[in-house]
Amino acid sequence: MAVRREAALFLGFTQGGPARVSAVPVRSNGKADPAYLAALLKSVGHDRDRAAFAELFQYFGPRVKAYLMRQGANEAQAEELVQESMIMVWRRAESFDVSKSGASTWIFTIARNKRIDALRREKRPEFDPEDPALVPAAADAADTMVEAGQQSARLSVAIKSLSKEQADLVRMAYFEDKAHGMIAEETTLPLGTVKSRLRLALGHLRKALVEEQ
Amino acid sequence: MPEHHLSEEVLMAYAAGSLPEALSLVVASHATLCPSCRADVEAYEALGGSLIEDIDPAALPEATLSDIFARLDADEAGGASEPWGSTHTPARRDFENSSIPRPLRDYLDQDLAALAWRPVIRGVEEAEIKLAGAGVRTRLMRIKAGVAMPRHTHAGEEVTLVLEGGYSDAEGHFARGDVQIADPSVDHQPVADEGEACICLVVSDAPLKLTGPIGRLLNPFISY
Repeated sequence: MAVRREAALFLGFTQGGPARVSAVPVRSNGKADPAYLAALLKSVGHDRDRAAFAELFQYFGPRVKAYLMRQGANEAQAEELVQESMIMVWRRAESFDVSKSGASTWIFTIARNKRIDALRREKRPEFDPEDPALVPAAADAADTMVEAGQQSARLSVAIKSLSKEQADLVRMAYFEDKAHGMIAEETTLPLGTVKSRLRLALGHLRKALVEEQ
Repeated sequence: MPEHHLSEEVLMAYAAGSLPEALSLVVASHATLCPSCRADVEAYEALGGSLIEDIDPAALPEATLSDIFARLDADEAGGASEPWGSTHTPARRDFENSSIPRPLRDYLDQDLAALAWRPVIRGVEEAEIKLAGAGVRTRLMRIKAGVAMPRHTHAGEEVTLVLEGGYSDAEGHFARGDVQIADPSVDHQPVADEGEACICLVVSDAPLKLTGPIGRLLNPFISY
């Protein structure tokens, strides 16, 4: 973390100037260590740590831009929405709870909501964990989700084990705001085939997240 | 715990952000009352997080980070407002202890009893909810205890979430938190339970079929 402290000092004096930011270390699977990302986000939330924020930005900014462009944003829109998403990350970082979700999941939901708001001009109804009407999970639920920190690694493995067709369908379902009927047309597969493949893929991925007891 | 749920594909589409607003409202309200569907949504959000990490990054202009810092500085200097994000803002309304799921409460100006209920037929009333989405109709329906709805089919498709009370039809019994999906082929005659009025959130696409973001395949209305 010494490096990040140095960057913090540096950034503190260079607002508006080019930022020298240390890059998030990426593992062989192409992803960052989830614990490292969560620690960055926590530093942003608790310490208003701009160097940590800069690292998160370097890692997620270009990914969020790519996500938004695949959803139909043009380049200028996507770049503006990246800025807005990252500002939201800054503002909401305090509410990030590593026991509930990983950093990438948390940032994904921010980018997703920003997209719905800006590109679809719709509200996004969401359940609220603090809602008095919320029905809590039974303490003895048959299966429980694996810890947030583990989800990312498990999902990476599970996604890699999907067939190419299945993995493509899952990606399309997340990254292209399009009907599965249109997916069927694009892939020239019968609708029923698309649906059953997607179902199988989802079942497979779900297993990666659930710990049977 | 609810017994009638939403399908995995619909939960995934909600997590991916590809459902229209009215259906997202049904999913979010159901998930408030259903821990297992809520856990599934969270799992599908984790999948989104994993996928966004895997995406090929698109380079941003060099100045982006300093632009962001400049905006943050301007906010802090000028007293930050919160112009973004409609979600998880503090409830404006004064019925916080309500049993209405928060996502739905955010669309209402008052508690259920105080809504502008409009009679439909004897023993059945409805109150419209305004939200985005051409051709989609969203409303609350209140059926008096013990009242049988006239036997009907649907011009379009319909998703019903029970909020209070319950009803039965040929498909079974539906109580608080349960979801029923009916397409035009469903010919049913729901009967409200004795004892208390049944209040439901109903989203219907009559007379138009939903197209666009939701699509035929994902369309929860279509049973097959």
